[in-house]
Amino acid sequence: MSPTRSLRPLTGIAALAMLAVTAGAAFASEFERVRPVTHAATQKECGECHMAYQPGLLPAASWTRIMDGLQDHFGENASLPADTAAAIRSYLTQNAGSGDGRLIRITEQRWWLRKHDFAPSIWTRKSVAAKSNCEACHRTAAQGLYEDD
Amino acid sequence: MRPTKPILLLAAAVSLGAGVALAASGDPERARILDGYAAQAKAQTPGFAGFSAERGRALYLGPHTGGKVADTPGCASCHTRDPAGTGRHYKTGRDILPMAVSANPKRFTDPAEVEKRFERDCVNVLGRACTAQEKGDFITFLSNQ
Repeated sequence: MSPTRSLRPLTGIAALAMLAVTAGAAFASEFERVRPVTHAATQKECGECHMAYQPGLLPAASWTRIMDGLQDHFGENASLPADTAAAIRSYLTQNAGSGDGRLIRITEQRWWLRKHDFAPSIWTRKSVAAKSNCEACHRTAAQGLYEDD
Repeated sequence: MRPTKPILLLAAAVSLGAGVALAASGDPERARILDGYAAQAKAQTPGFAGFSAERGRALYLGPHTGGKVADTPGCASCHTRDPAGTGRHYKTGRDILPMAVSANPKRFTDPAEVEKRFERDCVNVLGRACTAQEKGDFITFLSNQ
């Protein structure tokens, strides 16, 4: 029996919305939430060149390596004034997640690879540009909400 | 009395010898930044005779060699050849606000921000620090774009 069959359109939409909520709960594993960036300098400085990745996406040891190497940040000089760098470093390491601290790329962490086992053609799309461009597919990634599309 | 304030400021700036930079840049903060680079350029570059938008354009467009990032032989590599347009980071694809002051009036009004970007991107594009004259040329070019 369909619960919406005899209902008027508006009620039908409400019922659909409720179904969606139920479905969302059923597939909760498809919505990954990471605590959003709450530190203004991290948001600004990291976010100038790429999405400001949430600190929980890497372990503290990885963030330390990244902040130690800003003059050669994935091939680019991304140096910051010392005081700004120190504030960002402490925010990232104090709110870090878990993973392999020897790796500085989020996209090389085992959990990431497990979730992104796609055909190579996905990564060469112009809209994607780079694996680091979370928002190309996860529209709300900047808010720490990584829905599966 | 509001309308008289800019005139007073202009008069004060002219009396301090900063009138050229202010007229060229259109913003008191930007004028201060340019004046700072002019003072450094006088000390660094013998025969320094003011900034040049033409030299700034050449610096912006490149191509240069020896930069840390081989993919960016000019500022235009990310900021595009039209400085009034939105730029795009060469690798991440992140949007970059326009460099031209006409399209982005806040450009070159925060000295710390300006120095941070020169510090980084002169190395990325040229493989060395920029001189004060190059910085002033660059800002002069983009202030008139």
